[in-house]
Amino acid sequence: MKILINGETREIAAATLAEVITVLGYKGDYFAVALNRACIPRSKQGTTAIKDFDEIEILSPMQGG
Amino acid sequence: MWTLAGREFKSRLLLGTARYPSPESLKDAIKKSNAEIVTVSLRRQVAGDGSKFWDFLRQMNVTILPNTAHCRGVEEAVATAQMAREIFKTDWVKLETIGDEYTLQPDPFALIEAAKILMSQGFEVFPYMTEDLIVAERLMAAGCKILMPWGAPIGSGQGLSNPQALRTLRARLPGATLILDAGIGTPSHAVQAMEMGFDAVLLNSAVALAEDPPKMAEAFSKAVEAGRLGFEAGLLTPRPFAEPSTPVVGTPFWKKA
Repeated sequence: MKILINGETREIAAATLAEVITVLGYKGDYFAVALNRACIPRSKQGTTAIKDFDEIEILSPMQGG
Repeated sequence: MWTLAGREFKSRLLLGTARYPSPESLKDAIKKSNAEIVTVSLRRQVAGDGSKFWDFLRQMNVTILPNTAHCRGVEEAVATAQMAREIFKTDWVKLETIGDEYTLQPDPFALIEAAKILMSQGFEVFPYMTEDLIVAERLMAAGCKILMPWGAPIGSGQGLSNPQALRTLRARLPGATLILDAGIGTPSHAVQAMEMGFDAVLLNSAVALAEDPPKMAEAFSKAVEAGRLGFEAGLLTPRPFAEPSTPVVGTPFWKKA
């Protein structure tokens, strides 16, 4: 299915948010995930279903002022 | 020592971590600044890019204040704050809701709305605001105890553009923790804010873009300390006339005219 990841359209075969993250190769605890502009805690990513044209943001710490 | 959000700190200088010429320079600047709290942001992560900056922060052993830099609306700012909490395991958030691209002036309406939502979710909100007294009062009514009024636009180095309004904030909100944030260009700007009775100062570019960031960090550390000491000691009120500092009694060669 087509989903938007960090602003770019990707074709990904996955049923849940956790699967998307795994397919994309993210590992560790240094990032957080939002689905359609709502933060989805790590504990709920495995049970959060995704559908066509969902927007996913994956953010990690960066320098800031 | 002073108390911020129920925690004790020695330093009243908070330092931003962006725009340093190198990670070593950032590391040395944090050390020389004596800052115990640093600000960080969240950005889109490329898979496999690792967790370098996160690891760096953890080894610096400083308190982290995540920001919602460049968020434009309530929804974006709230989601970013929640994501920051997820990563950094902290309820602290420097709430930024940008209203204007040229001045990066905070949008006070979105700020108050986002602050209300985040306070209700247990966040300790540090709202980045203009020097407007009523915005400050509304934020306090929403539950904020800490306010971060700007000195001047972010990264501008203009110092305290509206000192009278900043003095008014201090005078009208004696119970608020006021941290002057943004616009500071020189150590004397930091002194000025601290002498007014601001509880702390947050800055980034003035140190990061200096020719020698660690040395400038040290300068700001001393400036913040000097300004605070001056405030606590009680400043001399300026007057329009001279008042001799040397006693006039016994002035040599003096006689009645």
